Amino acid sequence: MVKVIVDDIEVEVEPGTTILNAARKIGGEVVPPAMCYYSKLEGSGGKCRTCLVEVAAGSAADPRPMPKLVASCSTPVQDGMVIKNKTSERVREGRAAVTEFLLINHPLDCPICDQAGECHLQDLGFEHGKAGTRYEEKRRTYDPIDIGDKIKLHMNRCILCYRCVYTANQITDNRVHGVMHRGDHAEISTYIEKAIDNDFSGNVIDVCPVGALTDKTFRFKSRVWFLKPMNASCECTKCAGKAVVWMFGDEIARVTGRKDQYGEIEDVDGKTGWICNECRFDKKDKSKWNIEGPRVINRHSVISQGHYLTNDPKRDAKKLTGK
Amino acid sequence: MESLSNRKKVVSNKKMSFMEKLYLPAIIGGMWITFKHLFRKHNTTKYPEVKREFATVYRGQHVLKRDEQGRENCTACGLCAVACPAEAITMTSAERKKGEENLYREEKYASMYEINMLRCIFCGLCEEACPKEAIFLTDRIVPTYFEREDFIYGKEKLVEPVDQRVDITKRQLTGKRPA
Repeated sequence: MVKVIVDDIEVEVEPGTTILNAARKIGGEVVPPAMCYYSKLEGSGGKCRTCLVEVAAGSAADPRPMPKLVASCSTPVQDGMVIKNKTSERVREGRAAVTEFLLINHPLDCPICDQAGECHLQDLGFEHGKAGTRYEEKRRTYDPIDIGDKIKLHMNRCILCYRCVYTANQITDNRVHGVMHRGDHAEISTYIEKAIDNDFSGNVIDVCPVGALTDKTFRFKSRVWFLKPMNASCECTKCAGKAVVWMFGDEIARVTGRKDQYGEIEDVDGKTGWICNECRFDKKDKSKWNIEGPRVINRHSVISQGHYLTNDPKRDAKKLTGK
Repeated sequence: MESLSNRKKVVSNKKMSFMEKLYLPAIIGGMWITFKHLFRKHNTTKYPEVKREFATVYRGQHVLKRDEQGRENCTACGLCAVACPAEAITMTSAERKKGEENLYREEKYASMYEINMLRCIFCGLCEEACPKEAIFLTDRIVPTYFEREDFIYGKEKLVEPVDQRVDITKRQLTGKRPA
């Protein structure tokens, strides 16, 4: 075990752990935001640069600071490393600059986008973004295209995090979509417009940190803050059948995987709880799901607005009946 | 018991004088006061012939604005409905089809938009929340009806007609967002 200090908090982690995961072990405010790193996907990370941190001391053996900010998702810790995230002015500035870069081509169409309210880029922009733009050139634009009959791709909104490509690579058996071209021209595409028909292809929607890949069965149906997320399970032969159904009254507006506080799919029985396309797109009938109860939503999230009740049924009953 | 407020009046049973018994001086005195009021400035206006001037920030009936080209600004983002403390606003959204670009400004629009004027408290939070400068409160007064259903205003009453624009330029100046 090696000892590292993140924002004056000491933590012991396995050798070889990345700085980001060491910070996540502490949890709370010291965790750097991550747009591209996804712990459930092998090889992800190192692309978006939002998780930059300052290393004030490299290790106990060599306590010199690292000259540049490092990407915490791909830098392993060393014994005696001192890391600054929240406490560093350089990190704040660097992250604001990265946010500005990510937003260069990203359209400001949050009022239209289905991801609004649960978008990581929105959160990042809220915390680190500038009020205005300095960019004068025209934004890169594409027409929205269909990837298969259930997924919509808005290439305008894509930040090229590669999460969906890794998902297609690692959880589906043959990948038919990837990133084409290079640099500024890079874009996600299915090879020769070939539709994704794999059973687990819908998970690219869940891993997308922005609204580039969205559920066509939910497209413009509602806004996430009008829905109530409920834990639900069903008998499914293809997947674990543990999902979140987003209810509007008695109807199921959409189905997603169960995401943890970092927006990553939770583990179910020791395996990542990816859900299959049938559960995601076709089971919109309440009778097909066994609804377990409301999901715990961070009270600072817009999703928890308007839910005047707590997430504890016992306390709610008390609140309502006064008993 | 001693009065705490010291405003207690003790009723007296004193006898009235002859002049008081006549009552006429008191009646004439009262009528003189009434007569004087004829020449005073009136506190009321004769609505609807005469209309009072409203403050520029007066919050009356809502309008859903169109842009210069006559396209609806509203994109059914739902922020007004979230902001509404009275839960008066509801809407459903739809996707703009090819050929409707002259009707709606963005690719999503409100296919149904309703404000319940009985619930509305005219606080103006919807206007404040709107990111598209689509909804504004105006100096128009919501009329009265006999049926409750009539107070639920749909798009036909809320969206301004292309040929009869509602002027909200003064409001826009008061609540202008930084560029």
